[in-house]
Amino acid sequence: MATETAANNNKSVLWDWLTTVDHKKLAVLYLIAGALFFIKAGAMAIFMRIQLMSAENTFLSGQTFNEFITMHGTIMLFLAVTPLIFAFMNFAVPLQIGARDVAFPFVNALGFWIFFFGGLLVSLSWFFGGAPDAGWTAYVPLSSGEYADLGLDFYVLGLQISGLGTLISAINFIVTIINMRAPGMTMMRMPLFCWTGLVTSILIVFAFTPLAAGLALLMLDRIFGGQFFMPDAGGNPVLWQHIFWIFGHPEVYILVLPAFGIISEVVPAFSRKRLFGYTAMVFATLIIAFLSFMVWVHHMFTVGIGPITNSVFAIATMAIGVPTGIKIFNWLFTMWGGKITFNTAMLCASSFVPTFVLGGVTGVMLAMVPVDYLYHDTYFVVAHFHYIVVGGIALGLLAGTYYWYPKMFGHKLNEKLGQLMFWLFYIGFHLTFFIQHILGLIGMPRRVFTYLEGQGMETMNLVSSIGAFMMGAGVVVLLINIVYSAFTSERITVRDPWDARTLEWSTTTPVPEYNFAQTPQVRSLDPWFYEKVHGEGLMKPAEPMDDIHMPNGSILPLTIGLGLFVWGFGMIMLEMANPIITPWIVIGTGVIITFGSMLLHSIHEDHGYHIPLDKIKKIEKEVG
Amino acid sequence: MSDSVDVSKGLPPNPEKATLEGKNKFLGFWVFLGGETIMFATFFGTFLGLREGTAGGPSAEELFSLPLVFLMTMLLLTSSLTSVLAMFSMKKNNFRNMIILTVITVLLGFGFLACEIYEFYEYVHHGGLGFTTSAFGSSFYSLVGLHGAHVTFGLFWFITLMIRYSRTGITLTNAPKFYVASLYWHFIDVVWVFIFTVVYLMSIGGA
Amino acid sequence: MSDDLSKPFSQSALSHEEILKINRERRIQITAFAFMIFLTLLAFLAVGMEMVEPGFTIPFILLLAVVQFVLQLFYFMHLKDKDHQWPNAFMMTGIVVATPAVIALVLLLGVTKY
Repeated sequence: MATETAANNNKSVLWDWLTTVDHKKLAVLYLIAGALFFIKAGAMAIFMRIQLMSAENTFLSGQTFNEFITMHGTIMLFLAVTPLIFAFMNFAVPLQIGARDVAFPFVNALGFWIFFFGGLLVSLSWFFGGAPDAGWTAYVPLSSGEYADLGLDFYVLGLQISGLGTLISAINFIVTIINMRAPGMTMMRMPLFCWTGLVTSILIVFAFTPLAAGLALLMLDRIFGGQFFMPDAGGNPVLWQHIFWIFGHPEVYILVLPAFGIISEVVPAFSRKRLFGYTAMVFATLIIAFLSFMVWVHHMFTVGIGPITNSVFAIATMAIGVPTGIKIFNWLFTMWGGKITFNTAMLCASSFVPTFVLGGVTGVMLAMVPVDYLYHDTYFVVAHFHYIVVGGIALGLLAGTYYWYPKMFGHKLNEKLGQLMFWLFYIGFHLTFFIQHILGLIGMPRRVFTYLEGQGMETMNLVSSIGAFMMGAGVVVLLINIVYSAFTSERITVRDPWDARTLEWSTTTPVPEYNFAQTPQVRSLDPWFYEKVHGEGLMKPAEPMDDIHMPNGSILPLTIGLGLFVWGFGMIMLEMANPIITPWIVIGTGVIITFGSMLLHSIHEDHGYHIPLDKIKKIEKEVG
Repeated sequence: MSDSVDVSKGLPPNPEKATLEGKNKFLGFWVFLGGETIMFATFFGTFLGLREGTAGGPSAEELFSLPLVFLMTMLLLTSSLTSVLAMFSMKKNNFRNMIILTVITVLLGFGFLACEIYEFYEYVHHGGLGFTTSAFGSSFYSLVGLHGAHVTFGLFWFITLMIRYSRTGITLTNAPKFYVASLYWHFIDVVWVFIFTVVYLMSIGGA
Repeated sequence: MSDDLSKPFSQSALSHEEILKINRERRIQITAFAFMIFLTLLAFLAVGMEMVEPGFTIPFILLLAVVQFVLQLFYFMHLKDKDHQWPNAFMMTGIVVATPAVIALVLLLGVTKY
């Protein structure tokens, strides 16, 4: 039954945030969680660069260094960048398609809490004998029970759980984008960020499921004595590499496509031009997504699978350069002849383009099989993928942060500090990673904790470390900026502080919980811009003012996440030498909490509540 | 965005997709099934890649018996049919029929599960193939066991739905739930078609 | 509106023609089921009785499985119906992505070099 009143007047703030199903609040939760993991993994990178600053340094032991490389990669990919893109997708996608909320608000919250508890489980490994240390790829036999300790059980189960959260969030986004669009918002009128969000979610659905399978196999091998990867018993270690990279290669595109989307929003907004070649951009995105599933063997060229296989996958890999090139030119042509404003968001977005080209070029170099034997497992590879993930994804996320910040928090970030951050970060980034190409070419292997004197590597490593410190300083400036701006920036009361083009800027600031008092009628691509120029400056409503139906909050997403956490921890306890309580009790508790919460949710029919019309009118008058 | 279907004349023709919530559930579940395809494909690939790796333990030809697998197949296929028929009853607002057919589906499912447990028990205790015996054993038990776990989950799902809605009749809230559970059940059946072909028949016929 | 969500209905809104259509569809489903049972029998007989030439058995039963797979998806799971474009798209994507993955896991394990 629908309760007719909004019951959140007497709730505490904390309870409100723990039970929220509002996509805007979940976006903030994702942003905070992602930022915390980002800072953690970033600090590890700084420590590793201190260790590599001079030859035969003893700042970190080899074991700690291995744990740091593993955790740095794992956290950055699964627990930092994924939630950060989800933060922006959660916030912007429903607003951009003119929806009041996502398709499954409960599942949205569930996805966040499952991800969060999964991340917590991975992080817990530090307190139980050390973090995983087999690299983020966890190749067997290095990750088998024979060579890796308890840390890897945390890796396997933590990622299994957080991957589940990511998967259901992705399903939610797909259904939202397909089913919840406002009238007139056809697929080919959607902002490019929605398109990349859709394609990323599809990639997640088809890539995280093989990962779940692979992690399950590794778990069975480690905890229950399976023989999948043990050659003695008929197993095959190459199997893991295949399964991992069937997931692992699309994963790169899962992360970079939303960054492409953000760039495609920021560049037109600050060039005062519509996006050049919108249709080509959409199809390039789809082609990239398709090809990303057909190239995974290029990570395994040196395994020795055979020359025909290597050639086929090399050609497929090079083919990805074509749609990506289309995108690069479209961004350039969007800026060409535009009236460009170089604020921080635009600085990040425009500098993304050349940086990403550099990463792409080295990618094509690595796709050539014969020379890949030379580059493989050297710093050249490290430099290549950091040009993609830092120069591509991180710059995209920074651009998104500065761009959407006023809508999310009601004030802009300080521009002076922003530009300082950009230059520190950008120069530091190139200083760190450009030189690593050369280090790789003269033969410095990756994932090794030190190097010898007199091999010509000292100076270049020092330069690289100095660059890393600059990047760290840039991030610190960003954090200072967030605090500083919260106190000193003036509140934004207008709808559209950037004079932008897409539908999220047609909402009032701050965005009311129901987003749109009346669902907007979309008449064109860039609907908000269209109404500003051709219409009356406000979106035309597609429906009369009426009561608005809203979902109720629930604590169950959190308890399901908690249940999975306990369950996973119990599984790890099976491997512990002397657990304090019987692992099966812990597992049982976790299972009961998980399925009990699911059962409660299923049995209790909750149709949400309605916000009455007079209350909506009051809110609209206040903010409008 | 609200539900705009006409309910004045009775249960709408497609009750599972009459509301936006139903439409969302329907699509979301199909997306999930799309993802399940590749997860099962990974397990199939693992089995096919490792099935020669018997490490001196029993091989597939020595273990598998066709009559039992045939019985299991018939049970599951028939349960798929009863589940389809239950959905036709739902569309006609015939609640009693729907519940009866779903109960038959569940009973057939339990029959299947019992056969599978018996089969695993036989292999472990009399066939000498444990989970840890060889790569073949591990991959066989994980693939078929994963399917069995899906069956178990589906059975509990049906039972929960039937208990929860035993008195309510068909409503616009529970119609999508029954429909989605039925889709899930068909998908399990589809996977079994490949399991009996690829795991059992190919191992015996390929020798 | 939301109050209607938990209420059962005393009757169905189906018109007479729609009921006839549903009944016709049900007959088609039962025929499809009979055909599937036939295919299954054929597959088991092909292996059990060694009816088919050895070497040809595996492609034959795989073909039967694919036919049955299509029947299940398009009839029992209604993929043939209209307004199933998106489900079709996701199923197809799943199959397109799964095929190279399975092939790779079977062939490209480095045992035989291709």
